[in-house]
Amino acid sequence: MNAMTPTIAAGATVTELAPTTRIVLRLADPGGVGIALGVPLSERIGSRATNGARSALCLGPDEWLIEAPETEAATLGAMIADLAARTAISAVEVSDREITWRIEGPAVLELLAAGCPRNLAGMPVGEGARTIFDSVQIVLTREAEDRFHLTVWRSFAPHVRAILDLALRELASGL
Amino acid sequence: MLLIHCPYCDETLPELEFAYAGEAHIARPADPSKLSDEEWRDFLFIRTNPKGVHFERWRHINGCGRFFNAVRETVGDKFLSTYEAGEPRPDVATLTGEAK
Repeated sequence: MNAMTPTIAAGATVTELAPTTRIVLRLADPGGVGIALGVPLSERIGSRATNGARSALCLGPDEWLIEAPETEAATLGAMIADLAARTAISAVEVSDREITWRIEGPAVLELLAAGCPRNLAGMPVGEGARTIFDSVQIVLTREAEDRFHLTVWRSFAPHVRAILDLALRELASGL
Repeated sequence: MLLIHCPYCDETLPELEFAYAGEAHIARPADPSKLSDEEWRDFLFIRTNPKGVHFERWRHINGCGRFFNAVRETVGDKFLSTYEAGEPRPDVATLTGEAK
């Protein structure tokens, strides 16, 4: 399969990223929590705040996805434990539940349109959203004009990857 | 594909991100054990099923995850409005432009 997977000719590439630490954080009042975590928690759904390699994407009115490099897992865990002692929060580590692909190239929007019904051309750079790809729930973030990160549950990854690979072959053959 | 406005995300998004969740504004009885069997049956199963304007719940399941309410016209399948859960019913005459 790999030998058949076109990359350059299709105008887009799909690369699996190294494992990262992911935490789903739910709480009612994000007020001072962002300061404690070292990354602000924005209250507008879809917006994403970053501080160095750490980022917080607002998924819902009371839900954030915190991402950080794997090396920061222990630090972040300690910060959250400290926070949980003072406020009512729910923090679930989902690092191993999901994998992230970097999808980039001039044809990235056409490629994602193979499975995602959302108007991604209208998504501002630096923002993200939880949405759907074919029948699978995914989290998409726009890293640059022609670069997205697609995060999907590990068990659904082969299904999503098969659709992406098929769409890449279609794009490469000029369909 | 229908486009639905999520009042929490404040965006108009494709129908595939949403799930229908039945008729809206049906309050659970405060004390179910005081109801007769008929009243309990009505609460559980009896719905208005109108031809025309319908108040219904939707959930933005592949998005922010929230339940919200919508006003949909069931004949033309047109969404007249959506509003956050817990808000009162909007005035239908205003929505359909018949308020004069």
